Formats: sequence, structure tokens, C-alpha cells
Amino acid sequence: MSDLLKILQETADPDSSKLAKILGLAVEDVEKQLHELKENGSLLGWVPLLHPSKSPSDSVRAVIEVKISPEREGGFDRLAHRISKFDEVEACHLMSGAYDLMVIVQGKNLHAVASFVSERLSTIEGVLSTATHFLLRSYKEHGHLLAKDGEAYEKPPVSA
Amino acid sequence: MNPKDFIAEHVQNLPRSGIRDFFAIVSEMPQAISLGIGEPDFITPWKIREASIFALEKGKTSYTDNRGLLSLRKEISTYVSSFFGPDYDPQSEILVTVGVSEAIDIALRAILNPGDKVLYHEPCYVSYAPSVSLAFGEAIPVGTIPEQSFSLDPEAFEKAWQPGCKVLLLNFPTNPTGGTADKQKLERLAKFAVEKDLIVISDEIYAELTYEGEHFSIVDLPGMKDRTILLHGFSKGFAMTGFRVGFACGPDWLIEAMMKIHQYCMMCAPILSQEAAIEALRHGVDDVKRMREQYQKRRDFIVRRFNQMGLSCHLPRGSFYAFPSVHSLGLNEVDFCHRLLREYEVAVVPGTAFGPHGKNHVRASFSTSYDKLVDATDRIEKFVESVQAEKEDASAAV
Repeated sequence: MSDLLKILQETADPDSSKLAKILGLAVEDVEKQLHELKENGSLLGWVPLLHPSKSPSDSVRAVIEVKISPEREGGFDRLAHRISKFDEVEACHLMSGAYDLMVIVQGKNLHAVASFVSERLSTIEGVLSTATHFLLRSYKEHGHLLAKDGEAYEKPPVSA
Repeated sequence: MNPKDFIAEHVQNLPRSGIRDFFAIVSEMPQAISLGIGEPDFITPWKIREASIFALEKGKTSYTDNRGLLSLRKEISTYVSSFFGPDYDPQSEILVTVGVSEAIDIALRAILNPGDKVLYHEPCYVSYAPSVSLAFGEAIPVGTIPEQSFSLDPEAFEKAWQPGCKVLLLNFPTNPTGGTADKQKLERLAKFAVEKDLIVISDEIYAELTYEGEHFSIVDLPGMKDRTILLHGFSKGFAMTGFRVGFACGPDWLIEAMMKIHQYCMMCAPILSQEAAIEALRHGVDDVKRMREQYQKRRDFIVRRFNQMGLSCHLPRGSFYAFPSVHSLGLNEVDFCHRLLREYEVAVVPGTAFGPHGKNHVRASFSTSYDKLVDATDRIEKFVESVQAEKEDASAAV
């Protein structure tokens, strides 16, 4: 992994002038590297990470376990790509174990997710079964603890 | 009643720690960015904290064996063997202490008769000279110098030796300079220790935070295990400062002598901290590596920034402190720190808080987030520019 990506993962801040300072590079060089990382697909993009209860949305999320039939050529890939293309699908992963795909879906409400599963997902040829679990509350998102007090603790400002 | 009559003279004569003076000032400025923190900014990895909570839930609230839990001493023996080299018997050659600070205190008290002399390098951790005084010994500081990146200089120790020297106290990597000691120099120093029949107390608390090459301990040299007390602990590498748990490894007769003091003054290290330490050694070593990688990147950043702004700064090969010189500005280290704090609200620690050889230098911890490091170094740069402009104005006026 490049130094730039390592720093980005730690700071989560795409400010190229700050990154240039940290890396000891010219701002233009950092911008060029960022551009290349986007071009070659290493860096997919930026998403603001919101606290679910502080910025409540009208949507609901569900994790769906999907069993599918593998195909002679391509295994699970064609169906997985097809399912991933739905706007409702936030993430789609091939899993080991009791089911094949874990699909994370977001919808306006419970009814919308249910409709997606019953009318779109289950009806795809090759989808054998689905089991839908609605998310009730989140405690950690992308490495961030969501509890009110988190892990904040002030250390003494000067020590030996 | 005269309070002075009731305080022992050698305690009255102890100087106040320069760190405490500065802490009092910085505490009144909560908005300031502090690079004065002498501990990791990482919180102890959860698995280690959780082990301590689990032990509490299980009702482990008792004393332990004075020497520490045998299971912990066994883990220490395995870890020390793989990281430092020598094998120590968990039954008789390892003592679990309340941090390395206690271990230094009881080691000195176990060895020194009144007037015995202790050679140590300086700038150094703030407790060394006071600990020697409290053990009624005489502290003989040996300066390390910026031209050699504050690394070990065996020749300086040889020159400083005088009759009555009994102990050589070492700390590599060093707080506050980040200096280290390479094998060749340690070999020469070991030879000197044998020739002069010195006991070596080697505080290697920052051992895991070595960035160039691998840490090498003097205790791993032939003949040194018999005359060395290796001190180590969990505070820095494992980010466990508040757990207060460290250990001493040494010949059984020295460990037994330290044990005598430890059992009467401390009983044992807290059991919950010992339980956390077991987890740290069993499953926390990868966390140490992760934290070290992050410190190293931050070190490279802060050292580059200091040199860019004209404050000469050697590359600290270990620890999490940069130790730049402020001499070029025409300010002494104390004035630099006070003005920087007052005018630009950044706290760094005067080098002389770590002994007179730290003059003209300041200690800046890079154990803090990039956001703070970038902001702090930008402010320091502005401060440096303003002082340089003052100097130019003054010389123009002349």
C-alpha cells in the first residue's frame, strides 16, 4: 500500500495540502497521486460517515442472506454482479458457510425493503432462497464507536 | 512547629521536577495543543482492557505472590527470551513491579550504600538523579551530545568514571532524546562495566519503539547477564501507562534483594494490571507493531518539519520524542517554551527538565494525531518566523 493510502486511512481527510505537508511532497504531486489512485480504481471515492441517531434518515437497513445456484462458467459471479447493480444494494459479499451472498440493502421503510426482496431479488433465476434480518441499532460503524461517550479521555497535557 | 524540621534533609534537597512546573502552566490553557505528553496517545488495546475487566468480574481482587503472578512471570520469561535474548527463570530471576519507576527505585536501594556512585547518561528520564539521591547515592551524569544524535558514547563513561562508582544506569532508546545504542558501542561499554566491576541497570522501556534496525540489549552480551538488571514494562510499547506494571529481570541474588524492599513497600503489583499484562504478552504484540508503524510515520513528519523551519533536529531512532535545538533562535529552551505556549498555544517541554545537558533543546512528543501535529508544527513555524523577524529588526536597529 502506498504511503499516501496509509496516511489517508489514518486521517480520512482528502485535503491535499495537508497530505502534502505530512508526506513532504508538493501539493501537485499529491493531487497527481490521488488522481492516479482514482483512475486505477484503488481509491473508490469518499463517503461522509454519519452517526445514525444524530442524523436520522428515513431509511431502514437489512442484511439478507441469499442462497444462489453457481453456474458452470463463472460460479457465483454473474448473479452477484447482477444483484449488486440494484440501487437498493449497499454492499454484496460472497460468503463461506450456510449461505452464499450477504447483501446489505437500504430502503425507505420496511415495506420497501420487503418489496425489493420479494419482487426483485427472490424472483431472479438462480436465487434459491433469502433470509432477511433488519438492523435495529448500530454500535460501531467503520471503526467508529457510536456510544455517546465513545473512547474520549483526556490525558494529562504534560508528563515525564 | 517548623515544617522544615520534619522533612528529611535529602528530600528537602530534591529539586522540583521541571515537568511539574510546566504542567501547572499548561493545565491552565486547555485550548493549547500539547506535544508535552510522555505517554502513547493510543488507548490500551481493548483486548487487554477486557482481560482486566474479565478478571474483575471473576472476583480477582486479591494480593498476588510478591514476585507477581507466576503465569505472568512465565509469559515475561518467554517474551524476554524472544525479544531481548537471555533466558530468565520465572521462579527466581523475574520480579513484577509497579512500573519501571518502582523497579529503578528498589534496584538502586538494593545495591547502593550511602555515598556509592551511579553513572548515567543525560539528558534522561526525570527520576534517575532523584532516585539515586533517595537511595543516598551520588549521581554522576554523563552528557550525550546532539552531534552524535544523543546516542551512547562509551568513551564519555570511561572518562567520567571515578572511585566509588558502583552502578551504570542506562536507558536506550532514551527519553527525551530518542537516542539509541548500537551493538559495537554496547560491547565497549560492557567491557568497561566488567573492568570496573559495575552493576548495570538497563531501563529498556522503549525497546519496542525502535525504528532503525532491531533493538539490542546490553544484557545479551557475553557475561553481562550476571551483572545486569534488565528493566522493562508495558507502559510505552503496549500503551498501558495507567496500569502501572513493569518488571525486572536479573541474577537471582539481585532480584531477591529487590524483592525484600518490594514486599515491604509495595506488596505486589495490582492483580488486575497483572492480568492485563498477561493478555498483552499473549495477544498484544501485533498491536505494538501497528502502533510503532504509526509512530514512525509521525516521527518522519515532525523531524522533517522542524528541520524545514530551521530548528535542527536529529532523527530519533527510538521512543516517541523529537528533541530539536532552539539555539539558532537566540532563545534559551525555557523562554522558547513559555513564549511558544503564550503566543501560539503549543506546549513542548524544555530540554533542561531532563537535566542540564538538555539545554538549548526542547522535547516534542509525536505521540499525537496527524491533525494536531500538522497544526502544532504550523504554529511553531510561525513562532520561529516571528522570533527571526525580531532578531533581524534588532540587528537593523543596531
